[in-house]
Amino acid sequence: MNAPDIEPAFEPQLSRPSRAAVMWRRFRRNRAAVLGLVLFAAVVLAALLADIIAPGDPLRRVGVPLTAPFVDAATPLGTDQLGRDILAGILHGARISLLIGVVATLISICIGILIGAVSGYFGGWVDDLLMRVTEAFQTIPSFVLLLALVAIFGSTIGNIVIAIGIVSWTAPARMVRAEFMSLRRREFVDAARNLGVGNVSIIFREILPNALPPVIVFASVVMATSILMESALAFLALGDPNFASWGNMIGQGRAVLRTDWYCTVIPGVAILLTVLSFSLLGEGLNDILNPRQKK
Amino acid sequence: MTDAPILEIQDLRISLPAGGDRPYALEHLDLTVNPGEIVCLVGESGSGKSLAANAVMRLLPEPHVHVSAGRILLDGEDIGAKSESEMRAIRGDRVAMIFQEPMTALNPQKTVGWQIDEVLRLHTDLDRKARRARALEILGDVHIPDPASAYNAYPHQISGGQRQRVMIAMALVLNPRLIIADEPTTALDVTTQKQILHLIKEMQRQHGTGILFITHDFGVVAEIADRIAVLRLGELVESGPAEQILNHPSHPYTRALIAAVPALTPPAHKDLSAAPVVLRAQGLAKTFAARGGLLSGRRQAVTAVRDLSFELRQGETLGVVGESGSGKTTVSRIVTRLLDADRGEVVIGGHDLIHADRRQLRAMRRDIQMIFQDPMASLNPRKRVVDLIAQGPIVHGVPKAEAHARARELLSLVELSPAAAERYPHEFSGGQRQRIGIARAIAMQPKVIVADEPVSALDVSVQAQVLRLLADLRDRLDLSLLFVTHDLRVAAQLCDRIIVMQKGEIVETGPTAQVFADPQHPYTQALLTSIPGRDWQPPKLTDAA
Repeated sequence: MNAPDIEPAFEPQLSRPSRAAVMWRRFRRNRAAVLGLVLFAAVVLAALLADIIAPGDPLRRVGVPLTAPFVDAATPLGTDQLGRDILAGILHGARISLLIGVVATLISICIGILIGAVSGYFGGWVDDLLMRVTEAFQTIPSFVLLLALVAIFGSTIGNIVIAIGIVSWTAPARMVRAEFMSLRRREFVDAARNLGVGNVSIIFREILPNALPPVIVFASVVMATSILMESALAFLALGDPNFASWGNMIGQGRAVLRTDWYCTVIPGVAILLTVLSFSLLGEGLNDILNPRQKK
Repeated sequence: MTDAPILEIQDLRISLPAGGDRPYALEHLDLTVNPGEIVCLVGESGSGKSLAANAVMRLLPEPHVHVSAGRILLDGEDIGAKSESEMRAIRGDRVAMIFQEPMTALNPQKTVGWQIDEVLRLHTDLDRKARRARALEILGDVHIPDPASAYNAYPHQISGGQRQRVMIAMALVLNPRLIIADEPTTALDVTTQKQILHLIKEMQRQHGTGILFITHDFGVVAEIADRIAVLRLGELVESGPAEQILNHPSHPYTRALIAAVPALTPPAHKDLSAAPVVLRAQGLAKTFAARGGLLSGRRQAVTAVRDLSFELRQGETLGVVGESGSGKTTVSRIVTRLLDADRGEVVIGGHDLIHADRRQLRAMRRDIQMIFQDPMASLNPRKRVVDLIAQGPIVHGVPKAEAHARARELLSLVELSPAAAERYPHEFSGGQRQRIGIARAIAMQPKVIVADEPVSALDVSVQAQVLRLLADLRDRLDLSLLFVTHDLRVAAQLCDRIIVMQKGEIVETGPTAQVFADPQHPYTQALLTSIPGRDWQPPKLTDAA
């Protein structure tokens, strides 16, 4: 052989930790993220165990109105002015908050990915058109738009979830568009085109997996804001009155805020911790998915 | 001026953070630079040559990477003992640095004049007028045409070669004792590279500056070095006078490196005039219309390729050579229809690729495949190697299991272990990734492979291996190659015929041996005389293995 072989041959490393193990190790390094995971697990647990710990309709009357917490063993977190159990409200409210968080986020991220991907990949007039639409949405404050949508279509839980999804897709769309605009110029996209791969396949199978990490991290932010939006709606008495939601509880407890603080503070703390858990989780996901950002 | 060495590096060791692939970036490095001497520090990527330069400037990313043993003496003073403010006074004043990429090393927001002025402001007491005069003088010294207008220009307004001249002017303005040049010509075209090397030599002669010149290119070394030090994975394997190392290297690694430098002797001319034409390009043209927005004025359209025709025969390798801006990359993209041409046709197997509709185009993609320049960017980082290679055949209807089995066979054809199939691209070195790229191209069993600078991102020794693999596969599979490159040494290795392009047009074409021996067009002549180290023939080292 004339030319020298300086480059060593490829040798597979045998004992290599799996991908999941590596990710978990990165995640664990961030203590705040672990706290977020614990809080999130607690919320999920509350939602799952609601019917076991507090069976029956959480909106029914169970005791003397305005019992303070830790007074009556039957209602450990007290009751509101209609005599409804606050603990039951918190547990059942966790379901609504999670439902809204997950479904509304899915809706907004899906719309965002679709519009952002098409816009960023094709560019030109498609991009111009879609971005003008996006800007139209962005010029209206999202909460005002949400109020309008709920006022028009009625405040059932389904409508609220869809409306929240509709008002929060613009930021993910812009993010995905920016990722696509830089990724579509990469050589691996040319390589795929050169193999005869179609546009749809390139968008979803080649580029999207590479564009996803920042979007997943952002999804945790969208989830947190969705929960806050629902609470704000309920606070304004525009929530679905047929479900115990944390926002509803705060909205009704507001009337007795000065005398019986616990009616508002307890659900308020629940919202705070849930939103906090999503933010911290997002941070942890960022560490997992963009390991190079941190030294 | 005394004859005492300007820079003495004694037994230097640089530690890397724990958990890396090796504990020290550099170990037992001894190096001296005397006044008026150019010392070349040669090594491949990962050899620690740039870290050595940063250590001299005390610009290591401490505390992760730090000097853990040894001394660096500048004019007999230990740099390690200096305080940070003393170091600031030394940098730029007594030691200056020239970087690889002048576009990123210059601040895009400030004019050239401002940036030279800043150096003077920080290190001298000159008043504004005197500083301006000095800046204009140094710009004149580095042969920038019209220094006054360059003084007011922003970095993006001047050419790459001129930017590097500005960098050199900034380095020289205070007459430093030592200049560290970290691959200063790697990003430049050959003709510009020749001028810059010439300039560095001229400046060094005039000012008696010592230069530590870091490079991976033995051609450049042959052109410029007085003494050479060869680094390999942080170890100094050999050092000595240039003549001795270049022509009588003693260490096996140096011998291997020098043997890997492509010789400027084209392959024997193969007569292929009887072979069938597999690809015929006729009258290709492409103009990039600058897209003006509503508010931004229209910019001038750029003609990348105008009226280009050529033929590629079965089993032939046709080189497309030119400098940046010659349109050679545009040619590779038009021929594969990654870019739509304005005019012309590309006929493969009786069909015109340029005017094919979507269905025809998809079928024709089988026949023409591409190997890309950047092996990192051209492989989707989230796909396994086996999926990357099998993707093309699967898209064209080969059952998945069959395509995967074939992909594994191809891995051994490109000399990779079958275990590589389940890995992701980032687990491979640059040369290995390029092999994966080659496997992906031949998985489609194409008639023609277009290779766009396939080895320019690789180290010389790896370059030689990949070129050898390409030549071997071409002969075994009877492929035709359209080989786009800026590197005439590489072109000489592989190409049967070459096309020389300038500003979107073919200025010369012919069998490689003939073009190299007797270039007709002045541009070709300029290109050939600019090849660094063209007077140095790498010695025939028969035992290098």
